[in-house]
Amino acid sequence: MSGTAIRPKFERPSLSEIARERAPLALVPVLALAGFVSIGSFPTWVTLTVAGLAMGMMIFIMASGLTLVFGLMDVINFGHGAFVTVGAFVGFTVLGLLAGWTSDPSVLINLAAVFLAILAAMGITGLLGYAFERVIVMPVYGSHLKQILVTMGGLIVAQQLIHVIWGPDAIHISRPETLQGSYIVGTALVEKYRLLAVVIGLVLFAAMTYILNRTKIGLLVRAGVENGEMVEALGYRIGRLFLGVFMAGSALAGLGGVMWGLYQQTITAHMGSEIMVLVFIVVIIGGLGSVGGCFIGAMLVGLLSNYAAFLFPKLALVSTIALMMIVLMWRPQGLYPVVKAK
Amino acid sequence: MITRLLSGDRPGSPILAIVLLAIFLCLAFAPFLFPGTRSLETAARICIFIVLVASYDLLLGYTGIVSFAHTMFFGIGAYGVAIAISAWGPSFTSILVGGAAGVALTMVLALLIGLFSLRVRAIFFAMVTLAVASAFAVLVSQMSWLTGGEDGLNYAIPGVFKPATKLMDGRLFGVRLDGKLLLYYFVFVSSLVLFLVMLRMVNSPFGRVLQAVRENAFRAEAIGYRVVVYRTAATVLSASMAALAGVLIAVWLRYTGPATTLSFEIMIDILLMVVIGGMGTMYGAVIGATLFILAQTYLQNLMGAASDATSAIPLLPDLLDPGRWLLWLGVLFILSVYFFPTGIVGRLRGRAA
Repeated sequence: MSGTAIRPKFERPSLSEIARERAPLALVPVLALAGFVSIGSFPTWVTLTVAGLAMGMMIFIMASGLTLVFGLMDVINFGHGAFVTVGAFVGFTVLGLLAGWTSDPSVLINLAAVFLAILAAMGITGLLGYAFERVIVMPVYGSHLKQILVTMGGLIVAQQLIHVIWGPDAIHISRPETLQGSYIVGTALVEKYRLLAVVIGLVLFAAMTYILNRTKIGLLVRAGVENGEMVEALGYRIGRLFLGVFMAGSALAGLGGVMWGLYQQTITAHMGSEIMVLVFIVVIIGGLGSVGGCFIGAMLVGLLSNYAAFLFPKLALVSTIALMMIVLMWRPQGLYPVVKAK
Repeated sequence: MITRLLSGDRPGSPILAIVLLAIFLCLAFAPFLFPGTRSLETAARICIFIVLVASYDLLLGYTGIVSFAHTMFFGIGAYGVAIAISAWGPSFTSILVGGAAGVALTMVLALLIGLFSLRVRAIFFAMVTLAVASAFAVLVSQMSWLTGGEDGLNYAIPGVFKPATKLMDGRLFGVRLDGKLLLYYFVFVSSLVLFLVMLRMVNSPFGRVLQAVRENAFRAEAIGYRVVVYRTAATVLSASMAALAGVLIAVWLRYTGPATTLSFEIMIDILLMVVIGGMGTMYGAVIGATLFILAQTYLQNLMGAASDATSAIPLLPDLLDPGRWLLWLGVLFILSVYFFPTGIVGRLRGRAA
């Protein structure tokens, strides 16, 4: 071969293009800074920021499955909140059975109890996701209108079944012994559990980024998001891939449910549909189908809700909606629109 | 004459025509046919919900947009009247001003939401409305100095509508001619007029364009109709109709609170009524609302009896508990979306055709 082999020509993105691509990344620090300026007190700001990040991580865990499912199969699941609720109830049941472990003074045994609860919740919600996809979602591929209606119906039925199985009352449970209380960092109070939530969230985000960007499965999922038909034409069963992603997304919702339940220490049959409001806001801010956008959106919403709850207690939810409107004015498809090659 | 009143949209099936006529007659003569407070409450509720459900169908059935903010608009109309009466006393002026302010606010909000979320993709709309509506419900329950919070507002209505007001001495077919009767007919006639207006709307050229957008937005755009404009217009119209229904319920109940207007349960009820009655036809709203409210009022007793009767069997009593009736409706809802997407009216019409 001569030295004149044809090489693919990569065009280097211009500076303004890079800036446009990276701009959303700057939003989180900007918001944190704005929060600091308007709050004024450093210890309060640290406490609120950690709380906001913890809340953001939990919302991200719940929202990531929803956004991936949409990106991959163009299916919008309004019943996603049901998995959150079921996860929380299963997790609490397991924690209730392991009462001896949760009251133990050892960190390891406490964490083992939480781990088992999470495992049980994820297992059950994953299976439930399988049933939900096969029975409820599969017959209505391709029609958004029917998807919204049918998954909403699924949510109603799931909520009512939770009433039947666990009774109508809210369930209270306190966190395991060693996860209660706070650390004192300098002059700021940081709740232990929130730190744990941030760690779990970061680990999950790292794992998801790794799986999506470095493994074969991740490659297929990303390819499926871009152009599902092409992936199918290359001989991969996208239906099976989708089912896997749906189950994983449901299991993540279950995990988020357990974590949220432990965060609030109270769960009700309606918690899922209440959290779904935040999840939808996050998914829209991030851009439907984008995991990275979903992460940034979740952080923004978590931080803003905590700052707003401190500054204007009555306007926490309204402030996140205002944030969504501003983002949509800036980028009508969300921060990172997923471009479909159709 | 009747064809003209119905805007040329005939029921299209003899059975449907008979059922609709029966519902109309029953509602028109409800105070005389079914004396008693409870049945009058039910009849008025049916009238108001027919308007509310029909206005939702304008959006869901005719334009193909799913909104979860319909109860928000319903609530704004109701709270407009409630706040105006609480502030200025029970007069027709306050009802008029409060209702007008409610409708105006509704139109602005619907326009804003529509412009923000329908511009890009219609699916945003469902999520955005869900978020906005729940934020609104939270806001209303927190602004207790204005809205009475979770307790809501109790107020008086103009004197003519009070049950104590005698319009005439004596009775007509054994029914006292009092203010309550007048109020019922006020609600009934207003609902009827609003319903006919909506029927006119969907059978106008504008309504045809909405259906075209529903069937194939891309093609409608290609023919030269601005899809966003039509979708937003449908949103605004449907929202203002819902606000007017809210005005009616505020006057009828003499109470406005989150539970009667804003709650998510009512939103789900509306969805169920539209789907069960039949999407994409105004008559579906009539059938759906009537059936649903009758079932809500009377079927729950039956379920209670069934639950008691099966108390020896495990699990079954829990499933049959009257509180769980939404469970069965949810199942019915999913099944009807799969198997009868056109609802009862669609079925009847399909059989006749």
